[in-house]
Amino acid sequence: MVTLKDYGQYETAWCPGCGNFSILEAVKKALVASKLEPHRVLFVSGIGQAAKTPHYLNANCFNGLHGRSLPVATGAKLANPDLAVIVESGDGCNYGEGGNHFLAAIRRNIDVTMLVHNNQIYGLTKGQASPTTAEDFVTKAQPEGVLSAPFNPIAVAVAMQAGFVARGFSGMIDHLAELIQQGIAHQGFALIDILQPCVSFNKVNTFVWYKERCYPLPTEYDPTDWGAAMRQAVEWGAKIPLGIIYRNVRPSLGERVGRGPLVGRKTDRGVIGRIMEGFR
Amino acid sequence: MDAVQKRIMNILIGGEAGQGLVTLGQILAKGLVRSGYSICVTQDYQSRIRGGHNTFAIRVGVDAVHAPQETVDLLVALNGETVGLHRDQVSGGGFIVIDEALHIQGNGTLTVPFSQLAADQYTNIAALGVCSAFLGLDEGVVVQTAIDFFGKAHRDVVEENRQVLGESYRWAVGQAVAFAKLPPIAHPPERMMMNGNEAIALGAVTAGVKFCSFYPMTPATSIVLNLAGWAHEMGLVVEQAEDEIAAINMALGAAFAGAPSMVATSGGGFALMTEGVSLAAMTETPVIIVVAQRPAPATGLPTRTEQADLEFVLHAGHGEFPRAIFAPGSIEQCFELTQKALHIADLYQSPVFILTDQFLADSYRAVVPFDLDGITPVHPWSTEGLRFATPYRRFAITDSGVSPRLLPGLTKHLVVADSDEHTEDGHITEDLGVRQEMVQKRLKKEAGIRREVIPPEVQGAERPDLLLVCWGSSKGSVEEAAEQLRSGGTKAATLHFPQVWPLVPEHFMNFLQEAKEAVAVEGNAFGQLARLIRRETGFHIEKSVLRYDGLPITPEFILRALNP
Repeated sequence: MVTLKDYGQYETAWCPGCGNFSILEAVKKALVASKLEPHRVLFVSGIGQAAKTPHYLNANCFNGLHGRSLPVATGAKLANPDLAVIVESGDGCNYGEGGNHFLAAIRRNIDVTMLVHNNQIYGLTKGQASPTTAEDFVTKAQPEGVLSAPFNPIAVAVAMQAGFVARGFSGMIDHLAELIQQGIAHQGFALIDILQPCVSFNKVNTFVWYKERCYPLPTEYDPTDWGAAMRQAVEWGAKIPLGIIYRNVRPSLGERVGRGPLVGRKTDRGVIGRIMEGFR
Repeated sequence: MDAVQKRIMNILIGGEAGQGLVTLGQILAKGLVRSGYSICVTQDYQSRIRGGHNTFAIRVGVDAVHAPQETVDLLVALNGETVGLHRDQVSGGGFIVIDEALHIQGNGTLTVPFSQLAADQYTNIAALGVCSAFLGLDEGVVVQTAIDFFGKAHRDVVEENRQVLGESYRWAVGQAVAFAKLPPIAHPPERMMMNGNEAIALGAVTAGVKFCSFYPMTPATSIVLNLAGWAHEMGLVVEQAEDEIAAINMALGAAFAGAPSMVATSGGGFALMTEGVSLAAMTETPVIIVVAQRPAPATGLPTRTEQADLEFVLHAGHGEFPRAIFAPGSIEQCFELTQKALHIADLYQSPVFILTDQFLADSYRAVVPFDLDGITPVHPWSTEGLRFATPYRRFAITDSGVSPRLLPGLTKHLVVADSDEHTEDGHITEDLGVRQEMVQKRLKKEAGIRREVIPPEVQGAERPDLLLVCWGSSKGSVEEAAEQLRSGGTKAATLHFPQVWPLVPEHFMNFLQEAKEAVAVEGNAFGQLARLIRRETGFHIEKSVLRYDGLPITPEFILRALNP
């Protein structure tokens, strides 16, 4: 029986009031609900305040480079498919520095759950625009406002027909935990974009700002309807939909490769001998 | 035909990309190997799919051949341009084989009625038949080699090739040409035909590689193509990544989870990987990085050769950490050193490099089949005999600097690694005392890596008047140049480094000091190994023979430079 206690309780380096606390709590709840023991889980994270999350719970962890969590997670999952592999990092890490890997992971449909702490700002480097920062948002680095259009991760993932595309909010912990649990259970790539306030550097998209706009999709919403999903994916502003926006079923990369664990696999000298014969 | 024999000769096949000259070259080369000869192939091609001017040179000998040669004994010109470009290289007594339709004549020119012997698309096979006959190869051996080569092609295609081959072979036998033949070898020994990249791939799987991620880049790609071809039967995963950054990070993820992993690239791709090199060092994750060099900066000459990335690979990755760099000088060393690289990476949980280059990558040679007995693959998943305190600390400080390694998910213990400076249990820290201990822990591994260094190989006269110092792929050419100098009366010797880092001065200082004069022979413009030796030992190798025109170092090039 796995309990919340197994995942521990640690001191963090986060600001008081940060959305990360709620996300950490939701992650632990999801792991317990998934009946996963800590040693069966591997977190892969990048750099940023969100990327520190795996240090604050009990699990295997590879905290790598900024933007590069997905490739590390992909390699680890292919090497040992028995691990539940979860990527956890921020919007800058996953959509900015790691943007190419995000697209490639969707195409591969690697069986990894990607949790993106999306506060629409760079926190750790003190308040520059992130790929999801709204247009005209003023920062010290963008004193005349952000000139680029924001990246819409949900719309991109739905357009590419990713297997599992969801949006959560740090202010709705149980709803978020449920999304994460379903993402882990999904056999294939799962994106969970998690809206959260940054109390230090984003004074526009505050807890209240999100609270007023976020609404859970109605129970009759059919996430397998791609056309409907595309319409939900671009809904942003006065109302922001939460929940599983799109899902489909196609074999994951691991299933298609069909090799089983590489860990512990023996090297067959007979096969090498046959390969050498081919050079004669 | 004349009965004159020649124990060593150089065949140069030239033409446009798309004319099938590599097919012709490969079948001819293998036919020669199966007939018992030694070969050294040099491939020179342009960065395009069709057209341009490409060559496939086979230096062939009764005795062992380890180097290319500039003068040509048999020039097989698939187009007129080849004659213009290479006629000057043809030796006295040498021959040019050319299509009669090109109307090129002159001394030593043999025009072949290709249009009568074969349909257009089989001209290369007709040329193969003609060359085989001139060289004195057995028709049956060549035909069988061609059939094996086209093994998977449609039966009609194989049959058509066989007919063209036989007809052109018989046509050539009927010509009265005074071309020297290779003396026949009565009992050809068992040999494989293999190039450097194939040997690296074979060495990797033999030593237990299970994962390879890559982004295609000449001249490294063929390593991965070989692995991909064996992936199913060997149980490997070979994944084409979205870029080189992804490639090395994927390899690190797979290695962290327990699969012995490698990447293969060239200078530009490796430049993208360098942050990952530093990550491998910080997280103490074993990974093999093959850098197949080509001329740079930037895109340089994408399909030619150079040895100019030694300093780059030595310093790649921010921060300080131990590494090992191997530089094979032969096909056998490609096989052996790749295995050694895997073991060093596994033992010292570090990034380990193999520096090869386009010349060696594409250079087919005749190789004695490798003895697989006694080869042990790496097995990072064994937890037997591991002693560690609980709770498990992935980066526990030990005397050797090497921490007992567990793999995530295989035991109840948690494995935590971080690119940030970390505590013994792998968690992020800004404790500056821990920082100092961890730097020392990582650097301690260098002592172990140094103990395993392969000493440079010395050949030739003791206390020589002239010592040629080299590394990597130029081994054969440098050793042959020294041999020629010795037969001319010069007391010459060679010092070849199959491993260029770490350098252990006790391994080679006496050779440098005993020589009257040392000359660095390198395929770069800086004399990078010479600079490195000076930095590490203070010994200044003042003279150098450097090549950086994109072509491989040949014995002739060295001799010309030494005796201008």
